[in-house]
Amino acid sequence: MADYELIVGFEVHAELATATKIFCGCSTEPGAPANTHTCPVCLGLPGVLPVLNGAALEHAVRVALACHCGISSPSIFERKNYYYPDLPKNYQVSQKRAPFGVDGWFDLEVDGTVKRISIVDIHLEEDAGKLVHPEERSAAGYSLVDFNRAGVPLLEVVSGPDLRSVAEAEAYMTAMRRLLQYLGASDARMELGQIRFEANISVRPVGTETLGKRVEIKNLNSFRTVTRAIEYEMARQIDLYERGGAVAQETRLWDDARGETQAMRSKEESHDYRYFPEPDLVPMVFTDAYLADLAAKLPELPAARRTRFIEAFGLPEYDAAILTGEKTIADFVDAAVALGANPKTVSNWIMGEALRLLNEKGLAPDALPITPRALADLIALVDDGKINANQAKQVFAEMFDSGAAPEEIVKARGFAQISDVSALAAIVDAVVAANPDAAAKYTAGDDKPLGFLVGQVMKQSRGQANAPVVNALIRKKLRGE
Amino acid sequence: MTELYTLTAHAAHALLTAREVSARALLESVLARIDAVEPRLHSYLRLLPETARAQADAVDAKIAAGEAIGPLEGIPLALKDILCTTGVPTTCASRMLENFIPPYDATVVRRLREAGVIVVGKTNMDEFAMGSSTENSAFGPSHNPWDLSRVPGGSSGGSASAVGGDEALLGIGTDTGGSIRQPAAYCGVVGLKPTYGRVSRYGLIAFASSLDQVGPITKDVTDAALLMNAIAGPDPCDSTCFPEAAPDYTAGLGRSIAGLRIGVPREFFTQEGVQVDAGVERAVRTALDLYAKLGAEIEECSLPNVRFSLPTYYIIAPAEASSNLARYDGVEFGYRQTGTKDIIGMMTASRDRGFGMEVKRRIMLGTYVLSSGYYDAYYLKASQVRTLIRQDFERAFERYDVLVSPTAPSVAFPLGAKVDDPMQMYLNDICTIPINMAGIPALSLPCGYDRGLPVGLQLMGAHWAEPALLQAAYAYEQAAGWTRTAVDEAGRVTAAG
Ligand SMILES: [Zn+2]
Repeated sequence: MADYELIVGFEVHAELATATKIFCGCSTEPGAPANTHTCPVCLGLPGVLPVLNGAALEHAVRVALACHCGISSPSIFERKNYYYPDLPKNYQVSQKRAPFGVDGWFDLEVDGTVKRISIVDIHLEEDAGKLVHPEERSAAGYSLVDFNRAGVPLLEVVSGPDLRSVAEAEAYMTAMRRLLQYLGASDARMELGQIRFEANISVRPVGTETLGKRVEIKNLNSFRTVTRAIEYEMARQIDLYERGGAVAQETRLWDDARGETQAMRSKEESHDYRYFPEPDLVPMVFTDAYLADLAAKLPELPAARRTRFIEAFGLPEYDAAILTGEKTIADFVDAAVALGANPKTVSNWIMGEALRLLNEKGLAPDALPITPRALADLIALVDDGKINANQAKQVFAEMFDSGAAPEEIVKARGFAQISDVSALAAIVDAVVAANPDAAAKYTAGDDKPLGFLVGQVMKQSRGQANAPVVNALIRKKLRGE
Repeated sequence: MTELYTLTAHAAHALLTAREVSARALLESVLARIDAVEPRLHSYLRLLPETARAQADAVDAKIAAGEAIGPLEGIPLALKDILCTTGVPTTCASRMLENFIPPYDATVVRRLREAGVIVVGKTNMDEFAMGSSTENSAFGPSHNPWDLSRVPGGSSGGSASAVGGDEALLGIGTDTGGSIRQPAAYCGVVGLKPTYGRVSRYGLIAFASSLDQVGPITKDVTDAALLMNAIAGPDPCDSTCFPEAAPDYTAGLGRSIAGLRIGVPREFFTQEGVQVDAGVERAVRTALDLYAKLGAEIEECSLPNVRFSLPTYYIIAPAEASSNLARYDGVEFGYRQTGTKDIIGMMTASRDRGFGMEVKRRIMLGTYVLSSGYYDAYYLKASQVRTLIRQDFERAFERYDVLVSPTAPSVAFPLGAKVDDPMQMYLNDICTIPINMAGIPALSLPCGYDRGLPVGLQLMGAHWAEPALLQAAYAYEQAAGWTRTAVDEAGRVTAAG
């Protein structure tokens, strides 16, 4: 069997983070009762006209600029015509044939090496509504339509077929999602359907140059399903070639329950969308000044932020990568540092307790329930010697659960650190007397019993002893250091 | 005494402000006239006498309180049933929208209301504005007030027959390929298609978005200018609407036109397959003689690409229509055929029953020309030719202030004469369609008679040149002195003098 190379490209569909829809003033807030976020425009009533939401356009241009795209000017919208009951006008206003962002690139870091991925086009379009099927659809004899989502602005980012492994595909999805979040263009929360991926997958024998027939996979709802679908599809295509068959250029749907892709019925695929320029919208002309202004106002992007965390905060590369991987976490670090906390200490809390607790409770990083202020205050309590490290961990856990301020927790729990040398010296004396073997070993030069002895002191003090002070007292008593 | 319903809007305004006549009396006169002639004309699809009376009484209260009223306040108007009106069915003369009640007002309707204009009813038209005779109305044709056996023109035939037949003092129409000007010509009234983008299209139920435009149908040029003042101007709800404020369209009325440069494009008189009727041409040439006497310089000219207007129009307009009318699928609003076995069946049957023949013909044409493999040969090519047509006009307007032609190749034709021959029906718009392709303004005004029926004179101007058109039209109207109508007891209108 020949060695095969995987070739993947992505179409990323992201919901833009605008307060209102792309062509009307209706709210984009999810979760409203059906058809309450609608108006004559997004319902497509006879006589209405679209007016482009400037904020949606600005988000889209910023993404295009961040992806180093050329900006087509003038750029136009087109109508994509097809009949579906969730599509109010039975056409979708899109830019499929006339994207405003073209020929860009995106630097992807995989396993320490940087790979440049081409961005073929970036364009805007409107979302459709949603069909709601009664429990017993056949018995009910009807379905309902909720148009709350109709007209929500979507951005589509199409990459070239430049990804060569599942790892690269995963890295691309993560990095693209991160970029959108950093730009504030999209909240990109996968579980809310704010970002969707469609993968174009082909394989070819290693060493050959021509691309194999490309299969488009739809219905991918999480990073995990994308990975599984790519692995499945790669194996399916290799198997076809190995058995002398041919891969058909087609669209396939991922069936998560079965763990396989299935060809869409050709009827669903053979649409003639009859694209033509949308006559109700005027061409968009981007002046150099407008583009320069947006480019100048682009926020710090993930790579730059990581470098800053390493260089300005003195964080290890690994920690900086983790912390900047999620914009909300990186924002948290910056905010805590701005409040006076030591960057390394902040990093340690996030990398350690925060991520552990998030993981334990199955929470997403942007759901971190504590504030930068609370963490900065907690760090100050430790730095000031008011509580010890052990107590701080307990306080942190409680902050995480209740959201209470650290001072309140310390007060409520009666935490106070014993740093008084004479009080601690009495406990040290008692512990040394009660554990002569360990004391003798330590005195003889074995470092191991130190931890045990300190632990005994902590226990006697009900966890309130200042550990570094205890350490020093034991060293002094037994080794005269 | 003169019946109030025969008045122009500006004459009625003078009586209202002089307190010689009340708005209510004016309205009642119009409503009585409608009672008398509507069974023969069928200009209206729906009358709104109760809201109209309430509005008239409110205007009278204002006058009684000593408040000033606007120039069109209290004036009864006939509104084409293609403009959305809150709470009042807006049908486009289609079964498809027979029960459609808009929850919002078109921008033009809002502006009319703000100007105090009284909408007495919504007028008949060709279904979805597709036609030149109102015979494509799903609710029966309108009749020409000059000869009830003839069409009033279309698609704004109901507004034109209402104004021409004195069933309203003012009318609003829409014009995609001549739908204001041709019926105005046929009914012996004034019709203005403004520059594309001059009047908001928000709430105008779209036929062909890049061509549609709302405009006035009135008894004289002054009223057209006044009505333009009420409806023109920028609208944040319409991205294609010109963002600058509209001028006062009455400002140039009465100014001399000495030195006006008039071009007479020969393609508007004779073209392959179409020849303007001799009587129509004679009326137009006589009008040009009068313009010469008024000091205009007149010159023959040529716009060679204008001959491609009709085929280009019948690609672009149906293409846009096929998409604009896709929303009528029985799902959300409009006619729904029940009892079908699935959603596709419901959509198909609803569209089959809801649309008339001409609408279906154009949807199919438009779907075809946009289809994969045909787009470049048809739609794209037509868009390029459209640019050539526009450039022809731009070049002409470097030399001329106004172009003059007949509005239509003939006077009103008999009902039924062209219904079975769509090509003959389409050719009737040969003089008006080029204007929509170029996006420029054009005005039709009466310039005499051929075989006792009114002939329309078409004045064309450069983009945003409505003031120049109105000035030139006014000068002619005053000099020619056509006494508009004499009304007989049966409600028929005949040429006087
Ligand atoms: Zn809306």
